[in-house]
This record gives sequence, structure tokens and C-alpha cells, in this order.
Amino acid sequence: MKYKAIIGLEMHCEISETNSKVFSSAPNAYTDCPNSNIRPLDMGFPGTLPVVNKEAVRKALMASMILGCKQPEYMYFERKNYYYPDMPKNYQITQETKPAPVGIYGELKYECDGEIKVARINNIHLEEDAASQDHYSDFSTIDYNRAGVPLLELVTEPTFHSAKEAVSFLETMRSIYQYSGISEADSKKGQIRCDVNVSIMDEDLDESDPKNWGTKVEIKNVNSFGGVRDAINYEIARQIEAKEDGTYDQIEQQTRRWDEESGTTVYMRSKVDAIDYKYFIEPNIPKYKLNKNWLDEIRNSIPRLAPERKETYMNEYGLSNYDATILVKEKDVSDYYEETIKCGADAKLASNWITSVILGYLNKEFKTINEIYVTPLMLTELIDMVGKGTISSKQGKEVLFKCLDEEKDPKTIVEESGMKQIGSSDEILKVILEVLEEQPQGIEQYKAGKTNIVDFLVGQVMKKTRGQANPAMTRSMMIEEIEKR
Amino acid sequence: MKNCFKSIEELHEDLKNGHIKSSDLIKESLSRSHKLQEDCNAFVTILDDAKEVEVTDNLLSGIPYGIKDNYSTKGILSTGSSNTLKDYVPFFTATSIENLERAGAVPVNKTVLDEFGMGGTGTTGHTGVVKNPWDKTRMCAGSSAGSAAAVAAGVYPYATGSDTGDSIRKPAAYCGIVGYKPTYGMISRYGLFAFASSLDHCGVLSRSVKDAAIVVDNMKGIDKNDMTSWDSKNIHLFDSLTGDVKGKKLCYIDEICNINNYPNASKELKEHLENFNKTLDKCKELGMKVECVHVDKTLLNAIASVYVVISCAEATSNMSNLTGIIFGPRAEGDNYIDMMKNYRTKGFSSLIKRRFVIGSYVLQAQNKDRYFFNAQRARRLLVDEWKKLFKNYDGVILPVSSGPAKHLDGSKDVMDENTTVLEEHLQVGNFGGFPSITIPNGFIDGLPVGVNITGNCYDDENVLNMAYALEGTMEYKNQIAKGYDYEV
Repeated sequence: MKYKAIIGLEMHCEISETNSKVFSSAPNAYTDCPNSNIRPLDMGFPGTLPVVNKEAVRKALMASMILGCKQPEYMYFERKNYYYPDMPKNYQITQETKPAPVGIYGELKYECDGEIKVARINNIHLEEDAASQDHYSDFSTIDYNRAGVPLLELVTEPTFHSAKEAVSFLETMRSIYQYSGISEADSKKGQIRCDVNVSIMDEDLDESDPKNWGTKVEIKNVNSFGGVRDAINYEIARQIEAKEDGTYDQIEQQTRRWDEESGTTVYMRSKVDAIDYKYFIEPNIPKYKLNKNWLDEIRNSIPRLAPERKETYMNEYGLSNYDATILVKEKDVSDYYEETIKCGADAKLASNWITSVILGYLNKEFKTINEIYVTPLMLTELIDMVGKGTISSKQGKEVLFKCLDEEKDPKTIVEESGMKQIGSSDEILKVILEVLEEQPQGIEQYKAGKTNIVDFLVGQVMKKTRGQANPAMTRSMMIEEIEKR
Repeated sequence: MKNCFKSIEELHEDLKNGHIKSSDLIKESLSRSHKLQEDCNAFVTILDDAKEVEVTDNLLSGIPYGIKDNYSTKGILSTGSSNTLKDYVPFFTATSIENLERAGAVPVNKTVLDEFGMGGTGTTGHTGVVKNPWDKTRMCAGSSAGSAAAVAAGVYPYATGSDTGDSIRKPAAYCGIVGYKPTYGMISRYGLFAFASSLDHCGVLSRSVKDAAIVVDNMKGIDKNDMTSWDSKNIHLFDSLTGDVKGKKLCYIDEICNINNYPNASKELKEHLENFNKTLDKCKELGMKVECVHVDKTLLNAIASVYVVISCAEATSNMSNLTGIIFGPRAEGDNYIDMMKNYRTKGFSSLIKRRFVIGSYVLQAQNKDRYFFNAQRARRLLVDEWKKLFKNYDGVILPVSSGPAKHLDGSKDVMDENTTVLEEHLQVGNFGGFPSITIPNGFIDGLPVGVNITGNCYDDENVLNMAYALEGTMEYKNQIAKGYDYEV
């Protein structure tokens, strides 16, 4: 390959885990009922003022710390002025230019194809989201529920060289947002949106010199990781084609839009038409000094993230790299696993049940782990029943599937289907005596050295109990009984 | 009846001991409102259905007052004196008005202002020109023109105002009354239609310093809806009016007050500055030290431009919410952009549009450093200069404007560029968020003029007490505009 791609990302992620919006007291909650989570400020009514949500700032600072960014000495915000129906104030409160954002210049390690790489972060800043819009053939609808939801914009340096790297980074970020309790980071709810900057350069040129990076093309509003991958690959191919055609010089610095349906990027505007946002400091939010103790408190409250949990699973619980990786992929799954262990289940067994049965079920049913009926406590009870021999492990699987399908707890399923093993020695002994009476030749054969006749005799007991007798127990009791005679 | 001329304390006494009823007081105030409306066009709305409230121990309970029409009032038309909001009835009330409501104050009208407070003449409101009750050929100044006219004409003891440049303190001078803007953030701005947020202050117009203190005591307080508000529960303005000002120090700025700065000084200006000097003598008689200080003239000359640049820039952004789509009279158009353009083109007066153009221009990337950032630098220098003065002095005392109220027909006034600093210096009070009060200090050709005292942030008690003492040496306290001293 003669060319190298230079890729930078702007990742927008809503902070979903605050009670209210970032500058208004309206609830920060996802709802299907449009325009229900709004206060006068969200609609830009005259006389309203923004009030900063401290919890949103706390979470933004936490993200900044996780990314290894520098936190500012003072917090302040600025206005980005432009007219658009998704923002009734017609300016967005953000931290985009001069005021120090919540985080500046950091680095984040991420894994791509089993290799650890480092992404360089330019900054991360806190701002307000705009309303969501749906466009129809001759009208559009606007839902202001999203207007004012706290939004973190993460801007990387042009630090990636392939779509794969970019997507791996985004997946890492999603995991961080989820594990740190900052956001559900659910792109289906529109909580994650990306802008992608792509350019190509000749491979043999010096990458440390920005002059060699080629012409930057920005692709706006890519709303899924798959879209990011496809948009990058499309744009790289488009730019390479231009190089090969000899038309690359005609590419100007521009903004394009990702069109999901056609799988192409579409020209929006050139850099010369860039909007002048007339930034200035937001006067209604007084600049305030960030208290060092508070920052320390935030730093100390960063929860265990995926890599840390994975290490615990491997080193302390003895799980394989493979299983540990699967368990930490989604925070909810990892939480479910840890909760099961807390209920008293064996770490390895819990891992097996979750990775082999539950995750398979989730994939098949397109469900999340929080949507299933089986709680960590129920799973622990099931593991317990198998461990104690109340049911066999084969039966256990059957029970678990029934629990998931019929939404009943394991004990009920076991009782209802009469699956319970007969574990009482009195009951088993009764049947053994019955069998020996019917098959006296068995005793003789055994005594003559044909010991595998025991298997046949145990089989008779199982037949009489319809499989409910504990096989191991039956076997040892049978031998004991024959040897007595 | 002439009850509406009384001070708040007198009215409270009368209401308490049953000499007058709140309902009669309201009736009298409404009757005076209608008369003044015919004469001077001071109101956007007169609340004829204003109801009496129970008289409690709060000094303001049961007493009528006026609200400037850029305060959001739930269920009551609130226009900002602009066509863009000519039908806007808010569903929430400004915090400071809620505070007055809680005190039992009774609003009887909404007063005219220059459109959204952007103007100093009282002539640009959508309901027309406000005339000065002292002389109907003259302006009240602005933007709190209606409030000033109504208080001067004895409609009630006080009305709320807002002050971004001098919008309370200049109309007060032109109408012969008291205008007080406390330290920035002492009164919540929640519900005040924003003009320039870093300069906007709520405040009051009244006929005495004591009344101003009582009203602001009730309007102020930290507000969870305004991050720039602060806790002032240890500030008791009314209680701090002792009149004892011995040993207090005031300064005046030679470059503003010395008649020699104005080679072409009019007769009015000469009289105004002479009268100011007499006021300084009264301060000395009270035992205050009064000293002359010097401030760089270049810096002083920057005041007006700093104000224009910063206020226009913030206003452009603040008023971009006015699109006529969510509220306000929606305009026709093929798409939302045309609807918005039509609404704004028709709705705003040309004066405002001019300011929007200036505001956009100074914020544009290629101009921002030259204009906006330089204005912010100059603002900081001016504030620092005043803060330096406050290290040695309790306040700065200066004459308001270059004389009495200007003519509505501007051709009669001699334009003198040299007096710009006299007209604009009160804006420093907004740059620094300083407490600042204007009180009447005399007459020129039968028209009132005023003097201003401005002090350091949070020093409101001291500033008001000095003004209170000075007011006591003069006979303009509680004065009613000539011709309005009639019985109802």
C-alpha cells in the first residue's frame, strides 16, 4: 500500500446517569413521550438562566481523569452562537475554544486485534445536547427531551490509521463510560454520535510533520460504530481513488455527511463556508475554582473498569483470558457475574453457567442480561442444587432454560417437573431391596467376580424411580448391600 | 386622597391602624395610573383587577407598586416593550417579583421601557414615547422610563427597574426621584428578560432612599435559578440607615466634574456642575471627607465604547431566542428560516437591529480581538481603577448626566461631544457590578437633576447610608412632579 490513513475522532456521548439536565432542572431521562422532560430554559423562554449541574461536572471530570487529561484550575463555559431549530436559545453552552475544558491532552491505552495501542486525546469537554429531530417527506418533528442533556465531546488527535483502530478505541470508550457510571452509552438511544476526520498521506512521508497529513475531510453525524467503520473505509477509498486519478489536488478541506442508506459520504460544505460561531464566555455561569479536595474525591471514586475486573477474574478466580474477556465486555454482564459470586456461587462455575448458557440465550433472544427473569440469586441456587447433587448438571441446564423461558425460579421448575433427585438413603434403600429381590442372580454374578453387573442393577433402580435417584449414591449403596449378603 | 404620595413606612402605619384600606389605596393608584397614561404613556398594561392583600407586619404588604415590563409575570402580559413579544403571557414569575409577592406587595401596572432595555430615552417602546411628567416636551431617559414617570407622578411609592448601563439611575435623575441598583447578583435576575447578562441588574425607583432600602431588602436573596446571585442575608439595608456618616470618605473625579473640561459648556451644564459642588459642600457639612481625584481621561473616554461593544455582543446572543416560533406572534414564511426572518425584521425596531449588527460584527472571528476582547480589557482597567478608589474612599460621588431631562424633540438640545463622559460614566457601575444610587439634588429651570454615589461591591449598606444622610440635607425627598399633586 502506498498510502497511510490519518484519522481523528470526535465522540459525543450523553451523560445519562444524572437526575437532571446539565443546565436545567428538567429530568435527564430517556422517554418515549416526546417533549415531556422540559423546563422553560430548554425552550429558551425569556428570563431563564442556566444553572450548572454539579453531578454532570463531576462525571465529566471523572472521564477527564480516566483519559489521563489535565483538569482545569477554573471551570467556565462559553456560548456557541448559531440559529437552528434544535436549540431554542439559538446558542449552545459549551467549552469548545478558549476556556479550559474539563480535560485537555491525555492518552488512553486500548486493544486492537490483541495489540495494545495508545490513542492521543486532544480534549474532552462538557456541553448541552440539542433536541432530536425526525424528518419526514413534507414535515419534521422536534423532541426537546434531549435538549440540554449533558453531553461529553471527546476530541482525539489524528491518532488512528485504520477503521479498525478507530472502532476499537470507540468500543473501549463505551466500556469506560459504562463502567464508570457516566453513561449507558447506548447508540440505539442516540447517546453516542461521532464525527470522523479522515485524510490520507503517502506512506513514505514523515508522519510527525502535520504538513504531510493531506487534506482533512470531516464526516459528520455518524451514529453507530458500524457506520464509523464504513464511513472511514469509504472515505479512504474515495481519497485514494482521487490520488490515483490525479484529482486529489481538487479535494478541498470540507465537511461531508455519512449517508447510511447508500453507504457513501455526501458533500455538505467547504471550509470557506464554515460557520462563525461568535464564541464568548457564558456570562450567566460565574467562573469558579475547582476545589482540589473535590478533584481528589472524584479521582478516588473512579470505579473498577473493565481491564481491572478482567485481571481479578483471571488472577483471583482462575478464569481463562477468553472467559474473562467475554464477562467484562458488557458492564451489566460483569455486574451480574460479580453479584452471583456475592450470593455465594463458585466463581468458576458461575462463569461457566453465564458464558455457556445465559449469554447464548441473550444472543438468541436479543435480550440484555437485565431483562431476564433469572437473578444472580436464582442462578446461585441452581448452581447450589447441582453442586449438592439435588439435580444433575444435565438437568441443571434444562432447568435454567425453563427458568428463562417460563420466568419461574429454579426451585419451582425442579418441583413442578418432578426432577428432583431422590437423595434420601431410606427411599433409595427401599428400591434397592426391591430390585435385589427381583434379581437374585445379580448377587451371585457379582460374588463370582462379574462386578459390572452393578451397572445393570443401578439401572433397574433408576428405571423404578424414573431417574430421580441420585446415581452415585445408589451405586455405593447397592455395592454395600450386595457385599452384606 | 393623596395616599399614594406617602412613604412606605407612613402607608404601612396607616394600613396597620386602619386609617386607610389597601383596597382604597389600590383604587387610588389605578386612578392615578389611568391619568398618567393619558398624559405620559407610561404603561404597557394597567392591572385594573388588582386585588387587595392582607396587611401583615411586612412594610410592603397591601401597598401598590409597578413592574417594569421586562420582568416575567405569570399570567400577565410581559412584552419587554417590544413588538416581538406583544402577545407574550409568561407562565412563570421572576424571582424578585415572587419575593415582593411574598411580602404582600400589590402590582398595579407594567411599565414601559426602551425596547428590551436597549435605549436611554424611553422613546423606543412598542407602545410609544414616554413623556416626562415634569415637562411633557421632555424625555424621562431610559430604559426604566415608565417606572420613573409613575413614581415621580405619585402613582405609588416605588416601581421595579432594571439597569444595564444606567437605566435606573439616569431616569431617576431626570424625574427627580431615587434610583438604586444594588451589587450585581444581590437581586436574582431569573425572570428578567436578558439584555446584556454580565451588565444586567435589577433594582428599584422610589422617592426616598429609605423606601429603596425597604424594597430591595424584600427583592434580594440568593436564588437557585441564578448562579450569579449570592447570599445577602447578613445585609439589612433598611436597618443600616443611621444617617451617621461622620468620617466617611467620598471622592469625585476631576476629569468629569471640573467645568474646565467643557470649553463649550451650556448654561445648563454650568448650573448643573455648580449645583453638584453645593452638594459636595453638604456632604462635608455632614462630616464626610470629600476629595478630588484624577483618572486618566483616555480611560474615561473608553467607557461609552466599552459599553456599546459588550452590551451589543451579549444582546445579540441573548435575543436570538426571539424567533416567534415557540412564543411571540409567529410570522408567516415558507420555512422556519423565513418565518424567523420575517418575525425579527418586522418585530424589532431599527435601533435594536443596529445594535444586533454591531454585536455580531464585534464578535466575528476576524474582529473579536480588536473590538470584543479589547472592550473586555478596557472594562477590566476601568473596574480596577474604580476599585483602587474604593481602597481609599467609601464611594465615588458624581453628577448624573450633563443637566436636566433632554427634549423629546432632540433638535432643541445642543449636542456636545465633550460631555459624553458625563452622560455615560454610570456604566462603570455595571462594568464592576457596583452598588450605585442616584438621588435628586436640585433643579435647573424647574427641572430636577440628580447626583450619584457608587461604592464597592457588597458595600450597599454603606452606600445607601451615605445617600440617606445626604438626602436628609436637601428638600427633594418624596417630591411629586409638578402638576401631579392633585386629589383623587
